[in-house]
Amino acid sequence: MIPASFDYERASSVEEAISLLGSHEDAKLLAGGHSLLPAMKLRVARPSMLVDIGRLTDLSYIREDGDAVAIGALTRHHDVANSDALHELCPIASYAAGQVGDPQVRHVGTIGGSVAHGDPAGDMPTVLLALDATFVAQGPNGTRQIAAGDLFTSLFETALAPNEVLTEIRVPKSKDRGWSYLKFNRRAQDWAIVGVAALDGASPAVALTNMGLTPIRATAVEQALAGGADPATAAQQAAEGTAPPDDAFASAEYRRELAKVLVRRALEDASG
Amino acid sequence: MAATETFVGTPVLRKEDPDLITGQASFVDNQTMPGMVWMYVVRTPFAHAKLNAVDVGPARSMPGVIAAYTAVDLAGDFGGPLPFVWPITEDIKVPTHQALTSDKVRYLGDGVAVVLAETRVQAKDAAEAVTYDCDPLPAVTDMEEAMKDEVLIHEDLGTNVTVHWSHGGAGDQSVFDTAPVIVQERYHQPRLIPNAIEPRGCLAFGIPAQGEFTLVSATQIPHIVKVTLSGTCNIPEQKLRIIAPDVGGGFGSKLNVYAEEALALVLARKTKRPVKWVEERSENYLATIHGRGVTHDCTIAASEDGKILGMKFVEIADMGAYYQLLTPGIPELGGWVYMGPYDPQAYWYEFRGVLTNATPTDAYRGAGRPEATYVVERMLDALARRVGKDPADVRRMNLHPPHAEAVTSLMGLQVDSANYEPTFDRALELVGYEQWRKEQASRRDAGDLRQIGIGISSYIEMCGLAPSNILGALRYAAGGWDGATIECLPTGKVILKTGTSPHGQGHETSWAQVVADGLGVTPDDVEVLHGDTAITPLGMDTYGSRSVAVGATAIHFAMEKVRAKARTIAAHELEVSEDDVEWSDGAFRVKGAPEKAKTVPEVAFSAWHAHALPEGVEPHLNATAVWDPPNFTWPGGTHICVSEVDTETGKVDILQYVAVDDCGNVINPQIVDGQVHGGVAQGIAEALYEEALYDQSGNLMTSTMQNYLIPSAAEIPPLTLDRTVTPSTTNPLGVKGIGEAGTIAAPPAVVNSVIDALSHLGVTDVGKPASPERVWRAIQQARAEGPPGGPSSSRSVAAPVSEGGAA
Amino acid sequence: MTHVSVSVNGAPREAEVEPRQLLVYFLRETLGLTGTNVGCDTSSCGSCTVLLDGESVKSCTLLAVQADGREVTTIEGFTPEDGLHPLQEAFHRNHGLQCGYCTPGMIMAAASYLKENPSPTEEEVRESLEGNLCRCTGYQNIVKSILDAAGTMAGAKA
Repeated sequence: MIPASFDYERASSVEEAISLLGSHEDAKLLAGGHSLLPAMKLRVARPSMLVDIGRLTDLSYIREDGDAVAIGALTRHHDVANSDALHELCPIASYAAGQVGDPQVRHVGTIGGSVAHGDPAGDMPTVLLALDATFVAQGPNGTRQIAAGDLFTSLFETALAPNEVLTEIRVPKSKDRGWSYLKFNRRAQDWAIVGVAALDGASPAVALTNMGLTPIRATAVEQALAGGADPATAAQQAAEGTAPPDDAFASAEYRRELAKVLVRRALEDASG
Repeated sequence: MAATETFVGTPVLRKEDPDLITGQASFVDNQTMPGMVWMYVVRTPFAHAKLNAVDVGPARSMPGVIAAYTAVDLAGDFGGPLPFVWPITEDIKVPTHQALTSDKVRYLGDGVAVVLAETRVQAKDAAEAVTYDCDPLPAVTDMEEAMKDEVLIHEDLGTNVTVHWSHGGAGDQSVFDTAPVIVQERYHQPRLIPNAIEPRGCLAFGIPAQGEFTLVSATQIPHIVKVTLSGTCNIPEQKLRIIAPDVGGGFGSKLNVYAEEALALVLARKTKRPVKWVEERSENYLATIHGRGVTHDCTIAASEDGKILGMKFVEIADMGAYYQLLTPGIPELGGWVYMGPYDPQAYWYEFRGVLTNATPTDAYRGAGRPEATYVVERMLDALARRVGKDPADVRRMNLHPPHAEAVTSLMGLQVDSANYEPTFDRALELVGYEQWRKEQASRRDAGDLRQIGIGISSYIEMCGLAPSNILGALRYAAGGWDGATIECLPTGKVILKTGTSPHGQGHETSWAQVVADGLGVTPDDVEVLHGDTAITPLGMDTYGSRSVAVGATAIHFAMEKVRAKARTIAAHELEVSEDDVEWSDGAFRVKGAPEKAKTVPEVAFSAWHAHALPEGVEPHLNATAVWDPPNFTWPGGTHICVSEVDTETGKVDILQYVAVDDCGNVINPQIVDGQVHGGVAQGIAEALYEEALYDQSGNLMTSTMQNYLIPSAAEIPPLTLDRTVTPSTTNPLGVKGIGEAGTIAAPPAVVNSVIDALSHLGVTDVGKPASPERVWRAIQQARAEGPPGGPSSSRSVAAPVSEGGAA
Repeated sequence: MTHVSVSVNGAPREAEVEPRQLLVYFLRETLGLTGTNVGCDTSSCGSCTVLLDGESVKSCTLLAVQADGREVTTIEGFTPEDGLHPLQEAFHRNHGLQCGYCTPGMIMAAASYLKENPSPTEEEVRESLEGNLCRCTGYQNIVKSILDAAGTMAGAKA
């Protein structure tokens, strides 16, 4: 109920945050804290230091930028969900943000925090993966861009270095693409048992939530579609290459079957 | 003369609300005292382990720590073990249950040490510093495994099967061999976690020099806590006061006496400081009682057209690692309602209680009766499928005939007034039963991926606990009476002291309505005091839908006494004989001259100043009554659930839910509706969402509210309610009780609807909760077995008992 | 210890707190504002919902230091000086509470939601409460109360 003790520093710039991260072993960034604090309260997570970047308000923005929409990493789910720019230019992102947690969580939790947490059951990582988003990270040696396909490396692990700060997420404009995000859960506030993000268009994209150690692309489905298969046929490939969890919510077997059904529905939904 | 306003039967707005909606409630965690210290109970990560040593030394040197103790340190501080008050058979084997364990850890909630510190955080930090030396033992949380006695929870008992209770059967048992139709099924009902939203907590303090102690506790049962903890904590009962402040829900989980309450009292005496403890939610899941956890083998013997001849149920019930206050009494409580609202000629019920390395089970909303109703109503649908009839028709033809007075049921108890069929008909009408059957047929014809099912549940429950003589015969340690004291104040206001102990039920309002009508005042004039053993010493508390039938009836009789005295004084002051005074329009009036009148407030003032009371009449207008009910009360009703099942994913959506209940007369319809709403929601949760799951090593996998799925407003559908009224003949108010009806009725209505939606695919069974995966598996299994060929065979497959993660 | 300065119910409040102190305990134990309740330890139940800069948040999942320099409104501050807020009146009128433990959180969640969507449908109200658990009411009368309050509040503005 109460976290173990830790040191606390509030960063006034990204640079300071990076420096603080480097100064302390086992330091963690605190943005909204809605992934980290619950684990700390159960004392499952015990970072020695929290570097609070919550006040870096210049990292909270959504703006059109060429072919992409740039979303500051500290933009809250609530703001992503209610962004006129995203409704217009990338509606799947704003829709999915509205599916995260509950209203109170969306008032605090950030898109960057959700991404950096690397939870395969999170909604936003899957959608960003389907969108082929680009992640901008800043570290001691400057800024680099990470492709969505390279970011999520394992369970709760990303390609971000311990002293890197995710600063921006760039999503390609997708206003001309049909889309669907189907989140299958038992209660509205829960994580997805399985989720499917689908975007149609010249090269259809399908990504899966909670079907492996990371959010994953349903590559076999995408290939089948590219080869001209109809959604129902392509969806039969949805479980290929997946390694879904077996837990109190659902068995791996059920998740695989669910993925096939949901992929078909998402594809129909996206093209409908 | 204008008629005085009356209040019983009207939706008077609750007197309880103002502090609760403004954040001024007295919940125990809101209370603090000078010098108060925080208690934290140290538990281990083992479900079963030999405990070799516990070292609290490291904790004692942590910041803010006042004291840290093991069971050995506190051996001399207790007067006895934790209370267990319902040894239901002569040969029951009762596990010893100490506040802290010293020899073995038998479940995750077993405390091995306790820490006191200046702050909540310091206590928690210090608890982490306590070390223990344990040898883990194999843990058994599955009942059937435990019955093999390969792993013994309490070695001294020699077995895990510690109790066997049998009703012994009634009627002609040969029907189970000879009837033309025998339907047999096995149903499992998983453990549930009650989840009152306010966690348990307590604050103990006292005047050690006087040996006087007070325990403020989030409890449903301050009076029972006082009697029992007096012994456990070795505090003379007259020196012990228990206060239930505002209590944030109970549902049976606070109908218990817990280790932490005993520890807080003992440590307040030992350290001479107020001691506070509030549980964390994850701690609640381990150390506060669970409910259900039962498996039934069920048999219905019937004629070929579906007339029930006999009903037989053989149950095993998971007791957990110890007996809490009532543990083995819970299945027994259900043991009297396995005939449902039907009329079998033969009846059999028995159960075995099995110890496991899991949290003790005890009363959870409905306590035995939901377990019974679930299997009875599942069996009625199984019977309907077997004889090829509509489940509504099978129920109707088997409903017990109406009776205006009590009748003796086959199991030997008196069942009070009942009239089931109008309730049943009203539910069918309200839901639009025929229309839904048409919709179902059309979706089946179309091969729709989303199929419709209609589930019916007709129930009776036994509440108004309880006639003391029957409780005695059932070997329960206490009586079932309740008390009320009415004091009429000189300013015309009234104090009511009730022995019931509400925690959300709105007694302050409902009881004030009863008193207001009886004394010709308004509910606002009546202050209802409760939940403090020093102020309301006569009480048996709130559980088992007993409060209105027993507690409010006690109020009625106290009121009769007050009115009798008031009538004497009024006649004296009106200078007429008592025979010439009548009660009408809220006052005592001279017959034939109603303008000559005395109100109760006027009489109360006279009785207080006592200047000119009639000879032999004591000053002050007050009275106490204690009511011991002659019988239980027996509400009943029919609930109908219409579900839509996604046959590809197994997800269930409730499209309509109708509840028609008969709880006798109603004091406050808004409050009664609220009880049904909450009960039904808990029942829907039980049917579709909730189950406590343990893994092979005895770890609770559903260990937080993130994975124990309490549904929110987004999951619970709108509910449609109605009532019929068959006044109880057990009490003068004609009331029966409504607190548990929804939880009793809803689970089979929902599960039956799910199976009904899939019956054309050959599905005959879906376990509880009907999670998407369970439903999906049932469909896969039915498809694998091929389409149904007419009425189902006599024995269907066992419900899928949860194994690991395969929900 | 870290210094925090928070505007709580319109009044500036300052304290030295441990960084790990949760906002809910800052409110309850440091400031003595016990109207905000704690029902779980996993941000699931919503009993601890307060308004942070006017929006609903779960105060058990925020550190007090995260509220530094910001405005917090609890059920105590939400209650008008004389009388009740239309939401409080509606909960009372419609029997929107039984034990009352989840009620402050429900009211604060509803207050925040009605600012975003002043005239919601029943289904929208139900969805908006996905993060608040009640064990007593079956939500029926909570939803009814919020719809009733929305009507009252819209009428007051018209």
